[in-house]
Amino acid sequence: MAEFNKAENLGEWFDQRLNTKAFWKTMMSEYWIPKDINFLWAMGALLATLFGILLISGIFLLMYYKPDVNLAFDSVNYTIMQEVGYGWLFRHIHAVGASIVFLVIYIHMFTGIYYGSYKKGREMIWISGMIIFMTFSAEGFSGYMLPWGQMSYWAAYVITEIFGGIPFIGGDLVVWIRGNFYVSDATLTRFFMLHVLLLPLGILGAIVFHFYTLRFPHVNNQEGDFFDYEVESKKFLDGNKKESKVINFWPGFLSKDIMVINIFMIFFFYLVFYHYNFAMDPINFDKANGLKTPEHIYPEWYFLWSYEVLRGWFFSIAGISGKDLGLMAFAFANGIFLVMPWLDRSPTVAPANRRPYFKIWFWLLMLDLVILTIFGKLPPTGSNAWVGFFASASFLILFISLPFITNMEAKKAGGKQ
Amino acid sequence: MREFKILVVLFAIVGFTYYGIEPYAHHIMHPEPVEADFNFKDLKDIDSSLKGDAQNGKTLVEANCVACHSIESQGHMPLMDDATNAASYGVVPPDLSTAGNLYNKNYLANFIANPAKAMHLEHKYSETKPFPMPSYNWMTPKEIMDIVAYFESIKAKELTHKESFENACGRCHSMAYAGISAKTPGKVATSHFGSTPPDLSQYIKSRGEHYLHSFINDPQNLLKGTAMPRVGLTQETQEDVIAFMEETGDRKKDERNALGIWVILFFVLMSGLAIAWKREIWKDLH
Ligand code: HEC
Ligand code: HEC
Ligand code: HEM
Repeated sequence: MAEFNKAENLGEWFDQRLNTKAFWKTMMSEYWIPKDINFLWAMGALLATLFGILLISGIFLLMYYKPDVNLAFDSVNYTIMQEVGYGWLFRHIHAVGASIVFLVIYIHMFTGIYYGSYKKGREMIWISGMIIFMTFSAEGFSGYMLPWGQMSYWAAYVITEIFGGIPFIGGDLVVWIRGNFYVSDATLTRFFMLHVLLLPLGILGAIVFHFYTLRFPHVNNQEGDFFDYEVESKKFLDGNKKESKVINFWPGFLSKDIMVINIFMIFFFYLVFYHYNFAMDPINFDKANGLKTPEHIYPEWYFLWSYEVLRGWFFSIAGISGKDLGLMAFAFANGIFLVMPWLDRSPTVAPANRRPYFKIWFWLLMLDLVILTIFGKLPPTGSNAWVGFFASASFLILFISLPFITNMEAKKAGGKQ
Repeated sequence: MREFKILVVLFAIVGFTYYGIEPYAHHIMHPEPVEADFNFKDLKDIDSSLKGDAQNGKTLVEANCVACHSIESQGHMPLMDDATNAASYGVVPPDLSTAGNLYNKNYLANFIANPAKAMHLEHKYSETKPFPMPSYNWMTPKEIMDIVAYFESIKAKELTHKESFENACGRCHSMAYAGISAKTPGKVATSHFGSTPPDLSQYIKSRGEHYLHSFINDPQNLLKGTAMPRVGLTQETQEDVIAFMEETGDRKKDERNALGIWVILFFVLMSGLAIAWKREIWKDLH
């Protein structure tokens, strides 16, 4: 065993045993972040905060929630909302947090797309982010089922039904997922397990992995600049902080993140206390009733765009039924973001406004997603069905054309690279 | 400046999407409910110019009504228990001690003359399935107004919100979160109405005050063909009933509204500190 001198203070005591000083340097005070960033780069830290908030409020809810079709509704709406001290607060925080975290995830994702932060060495950051996104989606879906209200039940019914469209195994798969032929107690208890154990564990792991993937390629910056971190960090350490292109993670980067997080919390708690219906659909305060189909069934807002891609195909083409076409489009939409780094064929890392073709593509995509989201909620009747179809088809066309567009752009930029 | 521009673009996209999926979608999916009509304009005026004679009303009620209805405040106890009553009529006839408090006078007069018509339930009943309470259209307007005057004379000084609910809705609806169960057992009600009167504990949340105001005033406005009757409440009683639904279904509303301001102020303060701290740190970096 190495020789230990008596420690002068507590800090040294820990340093001897855990090497905390070096650890702090590596992780915080000498972990380098580019200086040329804006508040959109605070979304990652904001997401970590929101995840923490969800975890803590969720643990409180878990103390009183009862995963049983006969008890679930009242355990949430009576016990937690009315009996337990501040139970309502934890539920509001959890529900609003779960909804708003997706808004921030989308901002974070589209920031990545806008600045091209998924390529030239940053592919693993993107992939790990997409893994988080997919697990988070499953987390949101399974959580929405737990209060066992009308929308819990019917959204679960409709979404699990989607898997029935998969050739050959579809029918069996649906039964396997539900644990029964219909959405029932077995469905509730297994989604409960997923929601409170397996998925959060997966998300936690994926977040750690996401942070690790950021380590070597480093975070991107507003201009997509590549520079030598050795040189720039040396400048910083030598005291030329103003000239250096980097800042330290602590306190430089985090001081800005903490500022953004605090300002965001004003908005967040306004929603929690005074404007929560968007996250807690009134219809879900009717107890689940398998015999009474609600007039309008729709998923949570963050699934609306992909739900509309599914619904848009309402007539058959070339002998393939609308249902099957929708299913294929849906599978495409949910997988395609994963391969984003390889669809963008241009080697340029730059914000979209400096990329002549990609710029147009990006804003068209945003427009299409907004249209899909809005029409995903509206009843798919009359002209709405056609808007849905064209928006859904546009989504596919946008992604299929992306490699060609970016190739052309790269050729155009040609010599200048 | 650049950050400000980004913020504006972000707000525009999020704001527009929000408008589409919340206010706009609700407007499309749930048409604006009809305004409540507390004058019950569709009913003819039985004869409000007549001054009813409460004493004669008492005699008429004792001769015609107490066979089915109790009037406990006047010593007329129920002749049968709730289960037997429900089995006999399909619905437990309500106690009439508070009829003078609950119902609009002209509605009550019309109800006595022709119950199914006043309740807007003629589509549900017929010769073969008559409404459980007979029509007293053989009475003269004067006699009917005497009965109305009688109920007016025995009305309670004041009703709590809970009493209003129990007397107006309690024969059909439960309110589990307030410990109230419907007088008419659920199975009997379901076979009588063809649909189950739901437990109303959370309806203030799922339907909202706006919907309830229109719905209770006349259910046919919002659920065409429904078996839920128009109950004929005065504006005041209806507001009391809705207040009770809110006290039961959204018990923590006041606590929520009061606490929210402090939490928001806390983060305003924290934001101020965080901005100052960030400026301090970035002084050396810019
Ligand atoms: C044969 C039994 C019977 C007799 C007799 C009878 N009722 Fe009723 N009454 C009922 C039943 C049953 C109901 C509940 C009906 C329902 O809600 O579907 C009722 C409901 C009522 C209501 C509630 C109306 C509302 O809007 O909620 C009033 C008021 C009323 N009766 C008054 C009277 C008066 C006054 C008389 C005598 C003139 C009378 N009833 C005679 C059976 C009877
Ligand atoms: C005579 C029985 C009866 C009485 C009295 C009655 N209801 Fe109902 N109510 C029903 C029935 C039956 C339904 C189910 C209607 C359906 O599903 O079509 C219903 C449904 C409802 C609903 C659900 C509407 C919806 O949108 O699904 C509400 C809210 C309601 N009643 C409120 C009240 C209130 C408040 C009162 C008292 C002022 C009241 N009811 C009195 C029988 C009654
Ligand atoms: C709870 C979920 C997530 C957390 C906690 C998280 C956290 C972070 C953090 C702290 C950063 C560095 C700072 C920043 O640029 O914001 C970051 C960067 C990044 N994240 Fe995430 N993230 C999450 C989800 C996602 C998702 C869903 C994606 C998209 C698929 C994603 C893609 C990226 C990319 C591409 C970067 C690099 C940005 C750049 O280089 O400029 N992340 N993330």
